[in-house]
Amino acid sequence: MTGRERHAALSAGIFLAPALLPIAVFFFLPVLAALLLSFTDFDIYALGDLNRLRFVGFANYLQLLQSPLFWTALGNTFYFVLVGGPLSVAISLGAALLVNSRLTRFPSLFRTAFFLPVVTTLVAVAVVWRYLYHPRHGLLNYGLSWLGIEPIDWLGDPDWAMPAIILMAVWKNFGFNMIIFIAGLQNIPPQLYEAARIDGASAWRQFRHITLPLLGPTFLFVALMTMIGYFQMFAEPYVMTQGGPANRTLSVVLLMYEEGFRWWNMGYASAAAFVLFVLILAGTVLQLKLRGGERS
Amino acid sequence: MSRIRRCLPALLLYGALAAGVALTLSPLLWMLAASLMPIGEANSYPPRLWPSTVTFEHYAALFTRLDLGRYLLNSALLASAVTAIALFVNSMAGYAFAKFRFQGRDRLFRGLLAAMVIPAQVAMLPLFLLLKQFGLINTYWGVIVPGMASIFGIFLIRQYLLAIPDSLLDAARMDGAGEFRIYWSLVLPLCRPILVTLAIFTFLGAWNDFMWPLIVLTDSSMYTLPVALANLLGEHVQDTELMMAGSVLTVLPVMLLFVALQKYYIAGIMLGGMKG
Repeated sequence: MTGRERHAALSAGIFLAPALLPIAVFFFLPVLAALLLSFTDFDIYALGDLNRLRFVGFANYLQLLQSPLFWTALGNTFYFVLVGGPLSVAISLGAALLVNSRLTRFPSLFRTAFFLPVVTTLVAVAVVWRYLYHPRHGLLNYGLSWLGIEPIDWLGDPDWAMPAIILMAVWKNFGFNMIIFIAGLQNIPPQLYEAARIDGASAWRQFRHITLPLLGPTFLFVALMTMIGYFQMFAEPYVMTQGGPANRTLSVVLLMYEEGFRWWNMGYASAAAFVLFVLILAGTVLQLKLRGGERS
Repeated sequence: MSRIRRCLPALLLYGALAAGVALTLSPLLWMLAASLMPIGEANSYPPRLWPSTVTFEHYAALFTRLDLGRYLLNSALLASAVTAIALFVNSMAGYAFAKFRFQGRDRLFRGLLAAMVIPAQVAMLPLFLLLKQFGLINTYWGVIVPGMASIFGIFLIRQYLLAIPDSLLDAARMDGAGEFRIYWSLVLPLCRPILVTLAIFTFLGAWNDFMWPLIVLTDSSMYTLPVALANLLGEHVQDTELMMAGSVLTVLPVMLLFVALQKYYIAGIMLGGMKG
């Protein structure tokens, strides 16, 4: 190494350390530790006396796979990701198309209105929606009664609790993806639409053959971010249903929280966290593969 | 007839937009209206959309009886501290990744980006044990420390600085300015817009964060607003108006911040979305 290179490496190190050291100590180290922890029987006794800690191999993972509660949480989480995710993306795209339309005056005003729920505190709006969902005097059932729909016990009925949480989550976050879609739409050259109009292509054909294909990369990004976020659902059921009724809104992260921080079964909870991580990783790789295949 | 046909797309468009805005804003407007209603009025049927008489008694009760001022202060203090530290450390690292040449730079950066798929919850259990060793459980530092440096923040600064020509920095180097001086008096002022963006992102994230403060803060006098609000729900679930006032106080500061600085916030999402 020449003196100049050494100097460059040294100053790079000094500039990187204040951010990378905390990230290493408070993120990467704990992630590795979580992997190790998931192979131990770390529980409330080990919390008091580390000598109680034993290595148990894959016992936690086997226990998870045999636990009906874990499968319920996994199923609920997939319900949330597979129904809520696409719904959120579709509504985001719809809102982006409306706001970005040539006919829309004051688009930034509409954009701000649609975006407002994104910046709100999830816990606070979950509290608000709890009351909106009240079966007797909630605003939602009142609105639906105008359409002749009988009152629904949104958060009390096992079949309706998850749709209710999905509705709230979509309301809360569609504005974020809408912004990214608007950016994507504005990157499409307007000449393409002009040419299509001259050829007499209908609005639907323009959407199908210009907008959708050219939004491809934006779509992939939005779908990935939404999936990763939705897999981590926690505060919604924590505030609105505590995982009920009949565990129908219990998510993997809520289960991890309960096992780890309420019952101090930290080995078991770490295994649950790692299963979630592997699922997110698999979902990410799968989407990248699918979209990559589409393009080539 | 032809005029109707000509106006029809615009009518449909504005109809859809109006319906969308109404659905989006009504939960927030109802929250505000209910927080100003006399006791019990938010539970009447048919639901009231507007208070019969405006009262601030619930806000008064929150501050006098339920210690909300304390939680507001905790939230403001924690979010400000996280933001100040995050601006400093992330901008230094982002600058290094954008403008310094050192071995393994790009591989290190790509590795950091790839790590963004790891959900934060995976780290939480060992992080709790680690902070317990350091004696940081139930302290402000316990909340600040994991949030102060972020991969996304480093990424944001780096992307911004890549667009700034090296010649500007080289000129300063020629003049004999030290690396830290260049960073402090040249790079940071250049980064102003993206620093504002990062500040809003970090502040909102810290203010709205729930799970980690819930885990780390065990003493109620340490609670942040979201944790206090979730706790309050346990005892006051029947007091709709009171809960709505608490929600308004939690949400309002960040909404005002966003409305004031939304240009920067939106620019940040675009920059993140483009390259991601």
